[in-house]
Order: sequence, then structure tokens, then C-alpha cells
Amino acid sequence: MTATLPPQTGAAGASAEPPPAASRPALAQDWRRLVRMGAVGAVAQVFIALSNMPVRLDERVIVKPVLSLGYLTLLIVPFAAGHRVGHQVKREGMAVHAAGAHEMAGGAACGAVAGGGLSLLAVLLANFDLREPLVNWSPMLAELLAFGNATWFAVVIWLVIGAAVGALGGALRLLGPRTRRAVVTMALAVGGAAVLEPLVVDLAEGMRLEALTDWLYARRGGINWTSALGLAAASGILAVLGRGRIQQARTHIAALEGAQRTRTNGLLILATAAVLIVLPLFAGKLTNELLANVGLFVLLALGLNVVVGLAGILDLGYVAFFAVGSYSAAVLTAATSPRINPELPWLAALIVVVIITGLVGLFIGAPVIRMRGDYLAIVTLGFGEIIRLLFLSDWLSGWFGGSQGITKIPGAGIFGLTSVAGTDPRRVFYLVLAFCALAIYVSWRLERSRLGRAWMAVREDETVAEAMGINTVNVKLLAFVVGAVLGSFSGAIFSAKVGSVFPNSFLILVSIVILVVVIFGGMGNIVGVIAGSAVLIGVLGGPKQPGLLAEFSEFKLLIYGALLIWMMLARPEGLIPSVRRSRELHQQEMAQDAWLKGQVEDDNHDDGSSGPQAAPAT
Amino acid sequence: MIGRGRARSGAPRTGVDWFLTFMRVAILTLVAVGILAFIWQEIDTDNPFARWANPDATGLTGAQFRGLIISGVAQGCMYGLIALGYSMVYGVLGFINFAHGEVFMVGAMTGMITSNKLADAGLWESNFIGSLIFIVIVSMIVCTLVAVIMERVAYRPLRGSPRLIPLITSIGVSFFIQNASIVLLGPAAKAYPDVPDWVKDKHTFIQIEGSRILVVVVAAVSMGVLWYLVEHTKGGKAMRAVAEDAEIAALMGINVNRTIVKVFAVGGAMAGLAGILWGILFRSVIHTTGFLPGIKAFSAAVVGGIGHLGGAMAGGLSIGVAESVGPLLILEPLGVSGVSQLRDAVAFAVLIGVLLLRPAGIFGERLPAEDRT
Repeated sequence: MTATLPPQTGAAGASAEPPPAASRPALAQDWRRLVRMGAVGAVAQVFIALSNMPVRLDERVIVKPVLSLGYLTLLIVPFAAGHRVGHQVKREGMAVHAAGAHEMAGGAACGAVAGGGLSLLAVLLANFDLREPLVNWSPMLAELLAFGNATWFAVVIWLVIGAAVGALGGALRLLGPRTRRAVVTMALAVGGAAVLEPLVVDLAEGMRLEALTDWLYARRGGINWTSALGLAAASGILAVLGRGRIQQARTHIAALEGAQRTRTNGLLILATAAVLIVLPLFAGKLTNELLANVGLFVLLALGLNVVVGLAGILDLGYVAFFAVGSYSAAVLTAATSPRINPELPWLAALIVVVIITGLVGLFIGAPVIRMRGDYLAIVTLGFGEIIRLLFLSDWLSGWFGGSQGITKIPGAGIFGLTSVAGTDPRRVFYLVLAFCALAIYVSWRLERSRLGRAWMAVREDETVAEAMGINTVNVKLLAFVVGAVLGSFSGAIFSAKVGSVFPNSFLILVSIVILVVVIFGGMGNIVGVIAGSAVLIGVLGGPKQPGLLAEFSEFKLLIYGALLIWMMLARPEGLIPSVRRSRELHQQEMAQDAWLKGQVEDDNHDDGSSGPQAAPAT
Repeated sequence: MIGRGRARSGAPRTGVDWFLTFMRVAILTLVAVGILAFIWQEIDTDNPFARWANPDATGLTGAQFRGLIISGVAQGCMYGLIALGYSMVYGVLGFINFAHGEVFMVGAMTGMITSNKLADAGLWESNFIGSLIFIVIVSMIVCTLVAVIMERVAYRPLRGSPRLIPLITSIGVSFFIQNASIVLLGPAAKAYPDVPDWVKDKHTFIQIEGSRILVVVVAAVSMGVLWYLVEHTKGGKAMRAVAEDAEIAALMGINVNRTIVKVFAVGGAMAGLAGILWGILFRSVIHTTGFLPGIKAFSAAVVGGIGHLGGAMAGGLSIGVAESVGPLLILEPLGVSGVSQLRDAVAFAVLIGVLLLRPAGIFGERLPAEDRT
């Protein structure tokens, strides 16, 4: 709850902030908080170790030969704990002491406690055999923890590593905002280069830049440590030189008005489109496949964004529309479809698909639209599952092939000019790109239309919206239908791309993954949703599609779950928030802020205890 | 919900209203026709009405029918126990704890691990009842802990935020627990150790499997204990007060936070118990075990009227019997083939049907003051 406030209030609050007091002595720690945090870190460490992440991800090298992704997963927790423990809650009128040795000592102690979790685990691994329930209780893990040495070495080394990394985390607080930004940029540059390795190698091959990748990456994966240093230095210098430039450019664009604004926006969009059209020509199969997958999820996420982000209806069965789109496209185009097989050309089929999915949207939407928000969520989830079960059942297998699905779906032919099939990911990507452009245009226009404003009004307060003369039922139904149609595009492309549809491609977890993408990116914001899909689907991968970190495939759903919780707790408005949405979410904090400020100005006493948690639900 | 419906009755009916009325009538007709066809079939096997849609329909023998009802009741008891957790949390906090089904799964997993360890030590065979009590206690403790930690980490910081936020968080928690189970315990289905014959086989005299009797008895006893706790102890009174109005309860000196933790703990313990019952009934558990029973239990809570303890149990029994008997009773005479595949779809359809026909459930809802408006 004490998370960052939106800038509108933060800026006003900052002016009244008292100057920082002197730093505290190193040993004056809040020991209870420190131990608690360390213990949480230790539990997290043991969980990560037992989830097999370190062993499995050890193959993926980040910086050769010092750091693999596996060890990184173990280092990140003490670092975060060490950083977090020095966090001071800033309250109006409360003194904030300067960061100093205190932060580093606290971070080190906290990190040591967290690392101690691994020490304990190493001892347990050596002395007990719990392989029966815990599948990853293996000698491999013990070896990894001890770096190939004896158990006592593991015990000592993890305490030391934890303390060192924790101290580093604490030390991050000592840096001024500019230095910190430079350091973060350096870390991001190296990390990004490592994550993007397959993509960069693939692109460099297409552009005849193998020399660059040979310099940057070691032969068997991972960045050479010398190149990593070079990259860090370069990005650090860039960050220092370019400080504030991006911010400046952004405010500059935001300040533009009228025709100038339109022209700048047009140029930006044109440039992005040009890059996206040219890029696949240089890229190999892997990159295009990845881009096509991301594009499919952008389409799905844009559709769900209309329903969840704009109209505020939590639809957990969104996969139903994806499924109906895929299946109806398959039935209409494939010659092998069991009962009906008109073998329409793909574009003609698409029109029918849109009509069918729109009707299904109406059919599912109508009964649920009057329900309370949370009942609606569960019931749509039920519909999503019912539709999958129907496609799977023997009852309808005469139409949809049951568990055999429908196979040998021809690709998407457009006016007989080109044919798009799974064997050529580049063409699939162009097709997806065209539909993404359409979906982006539609959602952008809708957001600014009368209907879009009606959706947002319904989202913010249904009763008030109704009082303002909005027909809430029709408006919400329309959101359902628009979302369904956008999802059906994705479905039709999906079936043409993969060439077959099976009921098991449409599990409920697809809905949840799309929801995570929308929430992570920023509900109600088109740019946010696209960025969310690019980051999550591109890096971690979709429910069945591999991402850049293909080693993560076992763990990505776990990470999606954790991410969803963390986003809701720390930043419910998402990575790139929609302004209106984030105001709505922080309404209470803003009101409290304003009230607190009034209080402070009036009688100048502060009790500092009025956090939102102090009061029960109002 | 009801109030708004009444306020609307004067307003002109829209297309959606007509559609909903049509759906209600269609559902009721479908159920009525199915049941009629079934009854007729039972009376006269060769009548044309029963054979109209499905010439292969054979109907059920008395023993089959009884077997279906009993298995429905046993599963319904389990759903009822899980539903208590949904219902109590909804009653107090006004949000669906989507992850409650996963707590149940954790209970079943804990039971699997403990009972297998006991079986290795030879105690499972030699002292079955004692071992059973032991695994019930362990599972209840673990599930209570999981539920309490869940409340502390994920839900408490979100109290007072827009109501969809905790729901989305709980979806994340559910996803996390499910996948944590995969990475820690592996993705394969895991078996409970073999149970004694008197549990496995049908009783010679009453022709019911011992496991089902056991499940019903355990559920009834724990339901009684819970009822006593909520209605006749001070803590239970506090829970009811917080459910009624958290702010006033706080003014009356009730520690709201602690009461909410208690609600989660009780719900978790019941889910742990239900997990063991699942283990006894099906003797196999996998990471997705919690999903469908969780949704069905939520349906049960809605059917019985959310926030209502007895309602949760009654709803559980109705959902259990409906999903066990429904496909054969209603769908088979209508000519649907492979009906047993559709039992989960039937459970969802019951939820949707109840929300269309009577959204407040059988016994009416008991909601926090803020949600009643």
C-alpha cells in the first residue's frame, strides 16, 4: 500500500519533504524486520532450489564463464532482500535519514540470513533422502550448491555469497538517482543482451553481421566476460550522457498540440511499421516464429483488453472465443472436417467466422451480463471450459472430431495471391501484423468513441453510468462481442498457422495467460498491452509456444502466477498504465493523501499511523 | 441482485430480458422433458416417447440408480466441505477466494505424502483408523497454514481495493500453487497406498462401499463441529459480526484482522479434510485435482446461498448428485452420446442455471453490508 504514488500527487508531496537527517550507525538495525525479511528470503531460496530452477537453468550461460541463469535465480533473492530491507517508508512530516553504512550492513545481514536457507538445505541434502515426495531432491542440486566441493563449503559459501549480494543490494541505496540509473542501465544491457541472444544471433546472420555476435557471444552461448564489461561500460556511458534525453523527448512530444502532434504521432507509427515490415526480411525462421507468436497474443490481448481494460468485465473464459474462431475456421476451410466441409477460401471463411463468434459472444454474454462482477468471472470460466468439453466430447465428435481434432487445415490464401501456412513463419507474421494493425486501429478508435467512453463509465461506476443514460446492458454486451471478434481473428490465424486444431490447445490456462499479459502490460492501454505481450510471450513464451528463454518452459506458468500476484500487490495499473485507470486504482490513496495534507497544514501534528491497512474495509 | 430485479420490473423489457426468459424456459423444459422421458422409460421400456430421441436408451436398474445417488452424495459431502471455505470467506470479505480449490489440492497432496510414509513404516496397514486420523490432522494443519499465509501475503494488503483486484490476485495464487506443486512434486499423478478391504468393497449388508460411508460420516461430524464453533462460541460470534458489518464489529472491540485470519484458517482446515476424503474416494492425486472440485464447490456455495453454512452443505449435496445422476437422467434420454464425458459440463451448467433462475441460491445470501446494496 505504501507503493509509489502516481506522479500527480507525488510531486506535490515532495515539496513539503523535510531534508534528510544524518545517516544512522551501522548496527542500529531494526533486527526483527531484518530477520523476518531474511527468513522470507531463505524460504524463497529453498523453494527456488527445490523447484529445480538452478539445475535446469545452469545450461543457459549469461556471462561466460562466471554466471549462469541457474545461479542468477539463486542470487536474485538475497539481492532483493538486501535492497528491500533498507527501504524507508516516507510519510508526510517524518524525517528520512540519509543512506549510509547502515543500509549496507543491514543488507548484508539480511542477505546472509536468506543465503543461510541454502546452507541449511545443503546440510539437509547431504544427510536426508527426501526424494520420495520432492522430485528435485538430487545429488545434482547438492553438487551445484557446493560448487563441486564438500558440504561444509556449501554452508560457508552461501552465507558469504548471501551477505555479499545482500550488501550489494543495500549499497544500491547509497547511489544517487543518476548513478543508480546508470548502474541499472548497465545491468539491463548485459541481461538484455544475454536474454536476446538467440534473436540477435539470428538477426546478425541475416544481416551479415556475424563478426558482432562472434565478439559478443561465446561459442556455446553466453556473453564473453570481456564483451560483457565492454557492453556495460558502453551502456553506462550512454546512460550518463543520455540522461534525461528520453524524458525530455517524451515531455516534448506530450507538449505538442494539434497538427504537429498528429504529424509526430504519424511519423512514429510509420517508423514502427517500417521496422516491423523490414525486420522479418533479415530474420531467420526462429525470429519470425517468435514474432508470429507474439503477434497472435497481441491480438488476443487486445481483444481481452476491450473486455477487461475498457469495460471492466473480468472474462476468464476468453479462450472460448479463440477456440470457436479456430474451430469454425478449421471446419469451413479444411477438406478433412468430419461433417461440414465447404472448403471456403480463408478470407471468405473469416467473414463467417466473425459472424459465428459474434453470435457466440452474444450467447455467452447475454446470460452473464447482469451478474455481479465476480460471479461473472466464474461463470465465463465455466463457459470457457464447457466449450472445450463440447469440442472434446464424443457427442459432437461427428462435427469437430472429438479428441482427434481437425487436421490438414490448408493455410490462409489471400485473393489467391499468397498462401500462408505454418511452414513459412514470415508470411504468417505479415498476416498477423496486418490483423494486429486492424485490431490496434479498431481499439484505438473505439477507446475515443462514444461507446468507449460509455465502457469506461460503466467500468468506473455502473450505477452512475446508468443514471447518465447509458444502456449498461447493451454497452457491456457490445464489449463482449467486440472482444469475441478480435479473439476470433487470432483463432482463425492460429488454425491456419498450425494446420490442425485440438481441444487441448484451448485450456483455461490460455485465458489466464492472456489475462496476465493484459494486466502486466497495463489494463486499458494499447501500448501497454502490446509491450506486455512482447515481453512475456517473447521472453517466457506462451502456454505452448517457447519464448527466448526456452529453458524456462517448465517454470513459466509458475512465474506467470507469481507475476500476477506481484503486479496486483505492487502495481495494479501495469507496466505502462493508462492514466485514467491508474487514477481510479489509487483513488483511495489520493484521497488519503489530500486529507493528510490538509491535516498537516491545519494543526501540524502527525501521528504517521494512518496507513490504509489501519482502517478496516470501508 | 433481487432488489435490482424488482426495481427493474417496471422498466420496458429489453432484448436481453427476452433472451434470458427464453433461456430460463428452455432450461426448465429441457430438464422436465429429460426427467419425464427417463421416468417413462423406467415404467415402460418400449414406449415411443423414451425412444424418440435415443433408440438405444436402456434406462437404469434400481441398483445402478442407487449407486449413482450414493456416489453423488459422497462427492457432494466433499464439495460441501470445500464450499464452506468459499462461503465463509465470501461472507466476510465479499470476494471469491479462487485459490481455495488449490488449498484442497494441497490437502490431498499432504495426505498422499503422509500416508505413503506411514505405509512405508507399516503403520497404514496395521492401524488404519489411527493412521487416517493422523493424516487428517497433518493435512488440516498444513492447509490451515497455507490458507493463513495466503491471506497474509496476498489478500490482506489488498483489503479495500476495487473488488476485482483481490479476485485477480486469487487467480494468480491458484495458478502459483498449482505450478509450485508441479515443480516441487512432479507433474505425474500420485497414488495413495492401498486401503483395507472393508473400505474398498461394498458392505455385504447395505451394499455401499465403506469409503463412501466413511466420507459421509466424517463430513457430517465435521459439519456439526463447525456449526457448533460458528454458532455457539465467542470466536464464531465474532465471525458472524464481522460478516455482518466489519466496521461496527471493530467498534465493538472485535479484532477484525484476527477474525478474518480465523475464517481463512477454518476454511483451510475444512479443505484439508476434504482433500483426505478425496484421497480415500479416488486414491490418486495430481496438481489439477483442485481446479474442478474448487469450481464445483463454489457452485455449491452459490446454489446453497453464499455466506450460509448449511446452504453450502446442501448445495454441495445437490451439485454432487446432479453431476452424478444428471447426465444419465436428462441427457441420455435426449439422445446425447458419451454422457459421462459431460459430467463436468453438467456441473458448470448447474451453476449457470442456478444463477439464471435464482441467483441468491436456495437459502438466500448472507453478505457483508456493503455488498447488499
